[in-house]
Amino acid sequence: MTTPLEAPLELSFDYTRSLGPVLGRFMAGLAERRITGVRGSDGRVHVPPIEYDPVTYAPLSELAPVADEGAVVSWTWQATPLEGQPLDRPFAWALIRLDGADTPMLHAVDCGAPEAIGAGTRVRVRWAQQPVGHIKDIACFEPTSAPASPTPPASAATPSPTAASPAEPVEIMTTPIRLRYTHSASPEESRYLRGLAEGRLLGQRCPECDQVYIPPRGACPVDGLPTTDEVDLPDRGILTTFCVVNVPFPGQRIKPPYVTGYILLDGADIGFLHQVLECAPEEVRMGMWVEAVWKPREEWGHTLRNIDHFRPTGEPDAPYETYQRHL
Amino acid sequence: MTEIAVVGFAHSVEPKTSGATNGVELLVPLFQRLYADLGITKGDIGFWCSGSSDYLAGRAFSFISAIDAIGACPPIMESHVEADAAWALYEAWVKLRMGEVDTALVYGFGKSTAGELRRVLAMQLDPYTTAPLWPDATALAALQARLGIEAGLWTEKEMAEVAARSTRAEAAALLEASYVADPLREHDCAPYADGATAVVLAAGDRARELCDRPAWITGIAHRIDSPSLGARDLTRAPSARTAAEAAGTDSVEVAELHTPYTHQELVLRRELDLADGVRVNPAGGVLGGHAMFAAGLARIGEAARHIMSGAADRVLAHATNGPLLQQNLVCAMSASPSRSGPAR
Repeated sequence: MTTPLEAPLELSFDYTRSLGPVLGRFMAGLAERRITGVRGSDGRVHVPPIEYDPVTYAPLSELAPVADEGAVVSWTWQATPLEGQPLDRPFAWALIRLDGADTPMLHAVDCGAPEAIGAGTRVRVRWAQQPVGHIKDIACFEPTSAPASPTPPASAATPSPTAASPAEPVEIMTTPIRLRYTHSASPEESRYLRGLAEGRLLGQRCPECDQVYIPPRGACPVDGLPTTDEVDLPDRGILTTFCVVNVPFPGQRIKPPYVTGYILLDGADIGFLHQVLECAPEEVRMGMWVEAVWKPREEWGHTLRNIDHFRPTGEPDAPYETYQRHL
Repeated sequence: MTEIAVVGFAHSVEPKTSGATNGVELLVPLFQRLYADLGITKGDIGFWCSGSSDYLAGRAFSFISAIDAIGACPPIMESHVEADAAWALYEAWVKLRMGEVDTALVYGFGKSTAGELRRVLAMQLDPYTTAPLWPDATALAALQARLGIEAGLWTEKEMAEVAARSTRAEAAALLEASYVADPLREHDCAPYADGATAVVLAAGDRARELCDRPAWITGIAHRIDSPSLGARDLTRAPSARTAAEAAGTDSVEVAELHTPYTHQELVLRRELDLADGVRVNPAGGVLGGHAMFAAGLARIGEAARHIMSGAADRVLAHATNGPLLQQNLVCAMSASPSRSGPAR
């Protein structure tokens, strides 16, 4: 069997979250280079603050200022920093109990080498140059034995246009997320995609119910059995159902209005979405026979986009009963 | 009260699979094997429940495409949890207890190697104060391991001995390796693997029809600790202890524990009050390969297999979810359905 096709897949989005009164005030404090914890039901001061007590589940609201330095409780060494982490050179992760706090917080310590950190090492915050009311306003921690990094005074910091006024709780915070994957197509999908690159439309038949699926799926969704028999399908079929797209949207490849519909290839038992062009939207009908219009061969790849669109063949429409069960 | 048992188990785990991320390739062979083992067809299954995470494949609703492996026509009764599939088994157990169905198939799957798991797992942390720092999952485990070492609760040598028992290596030799995340060495960290697990549950006489020695679930419970890492004593797992107390785990002979890091087995041995004679992870547990979202359910299946094969009469299985043993599930099973845990 040939190797399945693979391609990089990047998943990225901005996680935009609203903050309640507790975290909102914590983040507003960070924008002013102050750290605040919250007092729990048992009197412990939690930093970062938590909204509900971990033991009694009571909502918490009493903020308590803590120092921006403290002691390392536990640590480990990140020899090769990963994307998005606070530092891009080797650093220590540490649980740090700030003076005035009872619970430790996780952050990075810029200490050069693992020999420079241990339980009890005193560290202080290195503030970001431009605090905005986000956890990353704490750029990292550094040992107090190191010379202090120059930090502009908080009052001189320029809040970003989106930051809340320092007196007001921060209401929204945004965290960009970016994850990278290697997406692999299944063996069946790979055969289908390689077929497309040669101008073929390959489906597969379920050994139990004889239904032909395109793209092939690895298992018949009716019977749960592997689909093994390969079927070459023609590039013509019936338009089962359709809609006329009148609304523009980002990324649209065709100027509206245009027709998007389900194409049921002759011999297949499942339709797929494609475009129907070369006829006025008002002339498009359910049951209309259509055929593929392929792009020039030199533009082909492992994609159904090798078919630019479908167009009417001009044959008499298929009777409703012949495609009814595919609707 | 309805008696419920594990009657079938199939599992696959491998370092890296070729093929799709949608689970169908992983699941179809397991389902076919289970049907053959039990002499049933998909039509005999009353309820289906799965556990997986879209973050493994990086595709929204990826668990929906896995349903092709079931064959969902005519329509079936089906559910999904975004958690290890051991929690899906809990849901199926509740369904069976309600008497709505007499069989359930529970499955979990994931292609952990499709993405960079150490980063992907940051997505399960507090999204305001912790996840934006992208802490590496291995680094977090290292912080937990060091806390126990500093507190005198365990040593690097004891951690190596856990690995040595799983991998049949020499502990002393293991300790000569360099750290991957001080104080963790490679042998302390289960490598992520691709895999799937499927378990069939059945109630009462249906269980007796399907299996000579059903593994009767005498108690199952899950509990959760605070999501705030700082608020927890990370050398403890109180939720594992309370789950075990609720499930009733007296006099077990074998314990299958879901511990992706060696020191976490040492945490659980204490929380579950395991006696010295209890055989823990006799086949190595997940240290040989951690198939995310399938591994916890596999602990239940492996534990049940000790009963179904006649090798044991009383076992416990543990599954975990979330960072650093935050959520814990304990399932106690016996060769006899009358053996029940203490009243809740």
